[in-house]
Amino acid sequence: MSQLKNPSRRTFLKSGAAVGGGLVIGVSLPGMFNNAFAAADSSAINAWVRIGSDNSITILCARSEMGQGVVMALPTLVAEELEVDLNKVKVEFAPPGEVYINSMLGGQLTGGSTSVRDAWEKLRIAGAQARMMLVAAAAQEWGVDTAKCTARNGMVSGPKGKMAKYGQLAEAASKLPVPKDVVLKDPSKFRYVGKPLKRMDTAGKITGKTEFGIDVKLPGMLYASLAQCPVIGGKVVSFDAAKAKGMPGVKHVVQITDGVAVVADSWWQAKQARDAIDVKWDEGPNKALNSESVSAGLATAMSQPGAQIKQQGNVAEAMKTAAKTVQATYEMPFLSHSPLEPMNFTADVRKDSALLIGSIQFQQLAMGMASAITGLKPEQITIKTTFLGGGFGRRIDCDYMAQAVEISKTVGAPVKLVWTREDDMTHDFYRPISLTQMSGGLDASGKPVALSFKMSSPSVTARLFPPLVKDGVDPLMTEAILVPYDIPNQSVATVIHDTGLRVGYMRSVSHALNVFANESFIDEMAAAAGKDPYEYRLALLDKQPRFKNVLQLAAEKAGWGKPLPSGRARGIGLMEGYDTYMAQVAEVSVVDGAVKVHRVVVAVDLGRMVNPNIVEQQLESNIVFGLTALLYGDITLKDGRVQQSNFHEYKLLRMPECPKIEMHIVKSTEKPGGIGEPGMALLSPTVANAVFALTGKRLRKMPFRLA
Amino acid sequence: MITFTVNGKQASADVPGDTPLLWVLRDTLGMTGTKFGCGAQLCGACTVHLDGQPVRSCGTPVSAAAGKKVTTIEGVAASAAGKKVQAAWAALDVPQCGYCQSGQIMSATALLTAKPKPTDADIDSAMAGNICRCGTYPRIRAAIHKAAGSKEA
Repeated sequence: MSQLKNPSRRTFLKSGAAVGGGLVIGVSLPGMFNNAFAAADSSAINAWVRIGSDNSITILCARSEMGQGVVMALPTLVAEELEVDLNKVKVEFAPPGEVYINSMLGGQLTGGSTSVRDAWEKLRIAGAQARMMLVAAAAQEWGVDTAKCTARNGMVSGPKGKMAKYGQLAEAASKLPVPKDVVLKDPSKFRYVGKPLKRMDTAGKITGKTEFGIDVKLPGMLYASLAQCPVIGGKVVSFDAAKAKGMPGVKHVVQITDGVAVVADSWWQAKQARDAIDVKWDEGPNKALNSESVSAGLATAMSQPGAQIKQQGNVAEAMKTAAKTVQATYEMPFLSHSPLEPMNFTADVRKDSALLIGSIQFQQLAMGMASAITGLKPEQITIKTTFLGGGFGRRIDCDYMAQAVEISKTVGAPVKLVWTREDDMTHDFYRPISLTQMSGGLDASGKPVALSFKMSSPSVTARLFPPLVKDGVDPLMTEAILVPYDIPNQSVATVIHDTGLRVGYMRSVSHALNVFANESFIDEMAAAAGKDPYEYRLALLDKQPRFKNVLQLAAEKAGWGKPLPSGRARGIGLMEGYDTYMAQVAEVSVVDGAVKVHRVVVAVDLGRMVNPNIVEQQLESNIVFGLTALLYGDITLKDGRVQQSNFHEYKLLRMPECPKIEMHIVKSTEKPGGIGEPGMALLSPTVANAVFALTGKRLRKMPFRLA
Repeated sequence: MITFTVNGKQASADVPGDTPLLWVLRDTLGMTGTKFGCGAQLCGACTVHLDGQPVRSCGTPVSAAAGKKVTTIEGVAASAAGKKVQAAWAALDVPQCGYCQSGQIMSATALLTAKPKPTDADIDSAMAGNICRCGTYPRIRAAIHKAAGSKEA
């Protein structure tokens, strides 16, 4: 998800979010952090910093850790200004709170590669304010001027050798006013920011100690498995639970909004009993949905005018006088997020309180949902976020949380609901399918003079945040839709078309759709012009220094133009997303009729970095994620049912298929860009362009099939 | 009642013999380091050692463990290979979300126990059953080489 253009602060809060059957929630969050969350013998200096009388330092992390490294990167920003030893800091995930809202997205939400961009100044200021309050407390205690005191390594030093540890000052500091004038460190003085530090969450993850949502255990907790209609959106007509009720360990069989749940002493018992229930479903309006009709619908939608995103010059005229024209249509399939931890959630709903624990990407939506279902006020609801076993956008939605809340409320006990992999794959909110028609005109020298882009695709925002879709434009459908290239006449339009299958935000969101079309098409124009695809792009980037720089860097490092062994070829691609500029060169061959990617060179300019080690992890991660999508990713429908059920039918990349990945990061003092998502979007055109260079065959439909 | 050894300690479970070992470890014995990913022996997140051999615990009935030795992520450091693998994983900061890493480490430890100096082809074949959705494969490969004291091709 990208930054919403011109977002008013708390856009989402004001507009509200839709849950389930159109229920609209504009939930407010507790406005004040307070000491309620602080353990005994510790003081909250502000919403981000808690200091114990034993000098323990706890930093709160208000974004969900799903692999992308926020649990390390965000506390680093606080610790830098707080002047504490980062290695000794404890990190906790923050509860829902107004102060924790992501100002780039307007909600307490992790997504859009916004975490560092949102936090970059905010968390350093918070760290500095806490430090200044500790210094002021020391100065007050010693009766000296604050200017005579300095803070370092969790300690304040004053005149005549006076010293006090933060723990001794915390309580007094917590009562002082928050300083308004804050001067942040010059980046040349950074101790932690910009250094390739090791992650503090690694130790738990290599010993099995890290608690993911699925590992939560509450006293007296029961386990649930839920039968949902095989056609998403279908409802229970009736069910026969006689056999299930007699099975060992089974405590309850209950109907909830989304299906029939079995609640038992262990999950395996619940699952066995669930399989023994005979449910009669009303499959609802989507029961006849199939892939062919979905594709036909998208094609038909193309005839609508749609919303004009850009209109520059006169494309129609320019096409008439062009020396050469090029046309192409690109197709992207539905995709499943498939994080390795299947959807699961733990809820303990009581008369006057509720406890929700698990893997959550959007705490505010979870709060609104829980409040709506239980009738409790937000202050009666405690939400705890665990580590997430992957997210990729799936855990922004809260369907599985709502189910656990409903089940717990119905049976009156703490319940952990765990989906099977099959449940997860067949009840996702899928990455939107898309169809993009492009045409271009070249002048006699081969230079592009006209470009037309028109896409039809379902809108996630129309489902999740309907008020944000204005005049037919979904701002999260138009990311990277404008090319960086200097082309005088351009027309760019989108058509929102609901296919019936529910859709969700997935890593790189619409960048993946638009970059595939744009970067494939510029390559097609280069081929039509008889020009080298790298040189062709380069000549169109004189007004775009950051684009140009990464393109040149990738080409140079990849050895662009140098000979390769026979049977191999290179392709190139370029994009901007999340304020990050990236170019890739992929080296491919064809093995047994399938695309094989051997090497990917990535050049990236993401401005300042908090942690280059995590940046490199994310670059690698994106290549693997993107390669999975272009080789395998395809969710198809028949009779309203998603046809892929597990990893034999929806393949994910495995070790032997992983290419060599080489990363080159531009030193930059620009503001930080996001790095969790762009690489995934760029790999598909880069590889398609390489396959074209090798075989002359243009791959315009994902996943790529050569036959 | 089925009895077996987990990480050197006696364990027993009063469950039907066809209950997958995975759920006995996680829910009956409360050892949640072993993960549920697919339930169909396709992803490797639930990998444990049964008498030293890597198995997918989601597809292993607990009856198959009767009288045998089970090693999980919680106990893998007891072996020299396991200790080396964890140290290499830490040195190279392998995990991202971390959910698959218990299984990855169990498979890598089994590989190094059987083949102390694995080639890249050995790594490919031993690790092909373990999916990482975050894409930590380059670092996993490097970490196995590091643990083995061998070089990447």
